[in-house]
Amino acid sequence: MFEALQDGLSGAFKTLRGQGKLSESNMRDGLKLVERSLLEADVSFPVVRDFMKRITDESVGEAVLKSLNPSQQVVGVVYQALIDFMGPVDHSLHLKGKNELTVLMMCGLQGSGKTTTSGKLGRLLKAAGRSPLMVACDLQRPAAIDQLHIIGEQLDVPVFSDRTQKDPVAVTKAAQAHAKKIGADVLILDTAGRLHVDEALMEELKRVDRQAMPDQVLLVIDSMTGQDAVNSAKAFNDALELDGVILTKLDGDARGGAALSVKHVTGVPIKFIGVGEHLDALEEFHPDRMAGRILGQGDILTLVEKA
Amino acid sequence: MGLFDKFKRGLTKTVKILNTDVRDLFKSEGRLIDDEFLDEMRAILFKTDMGFVSAEEIVAEVAKNFRGRVVQLEDVVRTWKAKLGELMRQDASPIRFAASGPTVIMVCGVNGAGKTTSIAKLAAMFKSEGKSVLLGAGDTFRAAAVEQLTIWSQRLGTEIVTGDPGAHPASVAYRAVEQAVAKQIDVCIVDTAGRLQTQKNLMAELTKIQTSIRKLVPEAPHEVLLVLDATTGQNGVSQAANFTQSVDCTGIVLAKLDGTAKGGVVVAIRQQVGLPVKYVGVGEKAEDLALFQPEEFVDALFADIEAKAPGAAG
Ligand SMILES: Nc1nc2c(ncn2[C@@H]2O[C@H](COP(=O)(O)OP(=O)(O)OP(=O)(O)O)[C@@H](O)[C@H]2O)c(=O)[nH]1
Ligand SMILES: Nc1nc2c(ncn2[C@@H]2O[C@H](COP(=O)(O)OP(=O)(O)OP(=O)(O)O)[C@@H](O)[C@H]2O)c(=O)[nH]1
Ligand SMILES: [Mg+2]
Ligand SMILES: [Mg+2]
Repeated sequence: MFEALQDGLSGAFKTLRGQGKLSESNMRDGLKLVERSLLEADVSFPVVRDFMKRITDESVGEAVLKSLNPSQQVVGVVYQALIDFMGPVDHSLHLKGKNELTVLMMCGLQGSGKTTTSGKLGRLLKAAGRSPLMVACDLQRPAAIDQLHIIGEQLDVPVFSDRTQKDPVAVTKAAQAHAKKIGADVLILDTAGRLHVDEALMEELKRVDRQAMPDQVLLVIDSMTGQDAVNSAKAFNDALELDGVILTKLDGDARGGAALSVKHVTGVPIKFIGVGEHLDALEEFHPDRMAGRILGQGDILTLVEKA
Repeated sequence: MGLFDKFKRGLTKTVKILNTDVRDLFKSEGRLIDDEFLDEMRAILFKTDMGFVSAEEIVAEVAKNFRGRVVQLEDVVRTWKAKLGELMRQDASPIRFAASGPTVIMVCGVNGAGKTTSIAKLAAMFKSEGKSVLLGAGDTFRAAAVEQLTIWSQRLGTEIVTGDPGAHPASVAYRAVEQAVAKQIDVCIVDTAGRLQTQKNLMAELTKIQTSIRKLVPEAPHEVLLVLDATTGQNGVSQAANFTQSVDCTGIVLAKLDGTAKGGVVVAIRQQVGLPVKYVGVGEKAEDLALFQPEEFVDALFADIEAKAPGAAG
């Protein structure tokens, strides 16, 4: 049944390909199917509207109408526009020199993958010759501290925690001192999951932000998120000024339209994607691959290659 | 706080968003239902995550009844609600208890959906009904999953069965049910590790857990609950379809409905997979669980509009 979602766009391409010559009206039918496909991939509605406006302007232009292969031109326009919407790429964590402490702060909704992704970044940094220290700032979720400690043991990356503390700001402060003591050069703050409409918890996060002055605030988003992705991403960005986004759980069959939505409403680059539960399952984000995925993998790439 | 209040609390954000938009559709008292109107309506419906098919069906229904007419808000909303109510109609669907011996409930879902927390909420509910509860820590994979469930069992005062590190989850589930039978426990709830529905071997593992429970109690698990994150978009349909193929899912627990996400994907799931929603989660605490009621789900979505519509009755 959800193959239907994937089929949406190939259907649109067939319609477009089938026309010997395209008119504005039958072009519009094809574009409607493109729109449907984006919606079914969970791209947020206002973002779909913006996107369609852009590609309609481009694809209904003279060049496309007159070309011998209008469908392939449209495909190219759609594909390129998706890449443009999700770019530019910036995979860098903008680390300072090793004699200074770089602070990374993870944030996001409950269960999005913050703790696991903290571990994945810890692993990445360690492999790059850095000395990361992970900090258990989640004092809410049962066993959140244990979870980070276990991950730290698996990676042989140190973890700072204080089980007697109730305030993550105090933990952060103590962790900064501890980092100096043990010679860590990157601090990874694993904060508790919170709803963007929970004012008390958002305020708490802002206090951690003011204490830690993070160099990079990273929003962790579940790739299965639907239309609400724009609301939460916008709220976190308004509260904290995000520097990057990490999209998790892309090892499944989610089409990940949230990538497009979040980039479009925040302007913040997507840096990494999570592709598994294991701590090595982190990859750099590539807009072209994501574009293919949002459109229902395969179809678009092969069509573009033919064009 | 009553159950419905809690449920409504989770939905108020939805209602707010929906209502602002809906009122935009009605600048004056009445409006001509034309293509432009239908398109705006489509946008509003789609934002709930109910999915293309469900939204289009409602649009079609409104078009059929009102196209070309100038109508009042309440007329359209009534059609809208009737259509949604029809889609979401289901029998009252609380937990089906075992005729004798322990009632076994297996909980499954994708990573981070809210399974373990929902188990704590269900356990708290059963405890408040005077039932004894035993939890089976069937997530032997995720870091500190066992510790997490153990903390809940201590907070709630329930029994717990955990496995040795690296134990097969099916064997933990088996031992949990075995102990529940031996100790004459009323309800045994088995946690499982989060898994994406596309992971074939992990989905097969889930089937194995169900099979091993059946070795002890053939009619068990009496409930297999799929926990779905309310922020989930259309992937929820894939989750429901695939989990029901691997285990005999009896219903959905819709977690995290206290945010601004509308949980509308359950409409698409209802339509395409048929799985009923049993409970909704509206917070991180043990008492943040409410029975799902379809009429109230739909009513809560449109309650404000009706109250504010000119000349609305009641
Ligand atoms: N399949 C898959 N699972 C993931 C990925 N990233 C995280 N997970 C899983 O998602 C679940 C939630 O991850 P956590 O790291 O605990 O999420 P969190 O955001 O820290 O959760 P809270 O602290 O409760 O808000 C766990 O089961 C993880 O193993 C990923 O990229 N792919
Ligand atoms: N706001 C809110 N948070 C919830 C709700 N249910 C669960 N959570 C939170 O979501 C996060 C994940 O919940 P868990 O119960 O650990 O999810 P899980 O499905 O067991 O996760 P894995 O075992 O890692 O797959 C935790 O931070 C919970 O506190 C809910 O109804 N509302
Ligand atoms: Mg965490
Ligand atoms: Mg769990």
